Amino acid sequence: MKADDTPVAPARRFFLREIGRGAACASAAAGAAGLLQSAATQAAGKDDRETVAGTESYPAPGYDWNKHRWAFAVDATKCIGCLRCVEACKKENHVALDAHHFRTWVERYVYLEGEEKPRVDSMADPVNIEAAGSEKSYRFANRYRDQKVEKAFFVPKLCNHCTHPACVQVCPTGATYKTRDGFVVIDHDYCIGCQYCVQACPYGARFFNHEKGVTDKCTWCYHRVVKGLQPACVEVCPVQARMFGDLNDKESVVSLFIRNNRVQVLRPETGNAPNVYYIGLDKEVV
Amino acid sequence: MDPLFEASAFTGYVYPNETVIPWSVLIVVYPYLTGLVAGSFTVSSLYHVFHMQQFKPVARFSMLLALCLMLCVPMPLLLHLGRPERAFNAMITPHLTSAFAIFGYAASFYTILLLLENWFVYRPQIVQIANEGRGPVRWICRLATLGSNDVSERALSYDHRWIYALTVIGIPAALGLHGYVGFVFGSLKSREWWSSDLMPPVFLLSAVISGTSLVILLYILTSLARKVRIDESCIKGLAVTLWGFLVFALLLEGVEFASLLYRSREGIDVILTYVTGRLVLPFFILQLGLGSLVPLLLLAFALLRGFQGRALIATVFACAFLVLGAVLLMRWNVVIGGQEISKTGKGLVDYQPVLLGREGLLAAGFVLCAPLILMFVATRFLSPWAEQDRATWLNAGRRAALAQA
Repeated sequence: MKADDTPVAPARRFFLREIGRGAACASAAAGAAGLLQSAATQAAGKDDRETVAGTESYPAPGYDWNKHRWAFAVDATKCIGCLRCVEACKKENHVALDAHHFRTWVERYVYLEGEEKPRVDSMADPVNIEAAGSEKSYRFANRYRDQKVEKAFFVPKLCNHCTHPACVQVCPTGATYKTRDGFVVIDHDYCIGCQYCVQACPYGARFFNHEKGVTDKCTWCYHRVVKGLQPACVEVCPVQARMFGDLNDKESVVSLFIRNNRVQVLRPETGNAPNVYYIGLDKEVV
Repeated sequence: MDPLFEASAFTGYVYPNETVIPWSVLIVVYPYLTGLVAGSFTVSSLYHVFHMQQFKPVARFSMLLALCLMLCVPMPLLLHLGRPERAFNAMITPHLTSAFAIFGYAASFYTILLLLENWFVYRPQIVQIANEGRGPVRWICRLATLGSNDVSERALSYDHRWIYALTVIGIPAALGLHGYVGFVFGSLKSREWWSSDLMPPVFLLSAVISGTSLVILLYILTSLARKVRIDESCIKGLAVTLWGFLVFALLLEGVEFASLLYRSREGIDVILTYVTGRLVLPFFILQLGLGSLVPLLLLAFALLRGFQGRALIATVFACAFLVLGAVLLMRWNVVIGGQEISKTGKGLVDYQPVLLGREGLLAAGFVLCAPLILMFVATRFLSPWAEQDRATWLNAGRRAALAQA
């Protein structure tokens, strides 16, 4: 299953069904009732959990989204900045091969001797693009080799698939939504391309897919996960800095990671409740 | 082939996806247009609801202007959308947690209200053209009368009751619609430059001053073109209105900016770099200085010294022009400024608008001119000027009745 074939948002499904019922009755009153009922349901924070998937496999054969609660973990102390994750993600998800569209990226923080603030860059920095030779390949230039480096580290970044995603909150159509198993996905067949969600994401994880005219972002490779595979970036990471697992499974790599470490998340003050758990961050990490 | 997107240069560290600005110059134009709607409607309501007689010369004009502007409000949004053909998705399945979900409904409601109100205001003229006009215009007007051809004294006073009621509903609708646009920006917690409770009132007050300024400019220009005497008491009334709202607009904007600096939350360093660097000319010198403080002082001086005649008209015209420019700059500084300050709080993006293309300056310029073109066409058929007052229409009505008899 492709990422943009993800199922229709439960709230919208419910809404459309109600509208359909109203139309069958050929009654404007019934339509209005559907609208109000949908509004009331959303306002009360309820969903139609029982009616969408039931107990059947969903959204792929052999996969039940009621049984999983996925999360991502990053051990920033292990990351070596090889950028294989970025390359794998671009290939796996057909992301535009330029320096302005990324579903995942890696940041480098370098404290030079005598400087209070770190120098921060990513593979999209012009100096690093020059070192890589083109925008289609990725590497960190050895740009600080003549200076004394006090501290340096890499931080992999991706969509946080927040529990309270600001991007989902602001979407005017419901084209982007939270799935039962913990992913925030976008219905590319329904998105109008207003980019309000791009503005709302505090992590810069969303971008505009100029070919399709809709917004785009990391899906934690939902199309792979429902088939029992790992996200592409996790699969290729040579040092296991990226981990992916099911929080419902107490022995999964992410459950163990959270249990055995004092983990952090990015920008907890936004109230978005992100689901990418980090160790090895620094006060200057944004 | 046109490039699919325009990437911006940056300084410091910005997230890789931030180098393509999501909301371009079209989203600068969009709140500018809704603001002008709210402002010109406010001027009209000063006569229709608050019965301030000095606004009579421009009351009908500003009502029609509000409608022409409102009809163009969806243009920048549709041009901006990646998939404009799906625009109605937001109305078919509104996602109610979104600050933008009910915009379609609110805008439609307000457009219908403006259409209705203009119909009542211009009904006597429509009836006259339906009776006395020629060609297809006559047939269009016959349809537009909706079968209501009665322009007797009794019918017109009934119309006025409707106009009054619709304006009473229209004031909160117009102000609410524009305050709502402010909320779309102010409610986003991801951008420090936007995230403010004061954003809706700041947008609202700048809306009123921009609409008043547009009415002043167009009233003076069209009067000169028509070689008609400009009503000085009307100009004075508009000048006082502009001055009064300008005081509040400037105060609120100042308070908002001061709070941002005083709070000095994370990322303030880069905001300070921005405001003391790239923003000095468009924000401090042009928007706050030349576009707000200068008109404020000039208007106060002109009103206190009792300027009359050409001096008064020239001063008010100049002030209106400056304010109109300042509000456009304010929209730019808010919309583009917010996106130039990176979410990382460690870098700045440098947006350079392009001239051509769907999101270019030409397209934005056309969107800004479209309401004026619409207004020009509308005033070829309907006269918005008060000198052709009610008595004229009454006589026309009587003539028509006699002709039919």
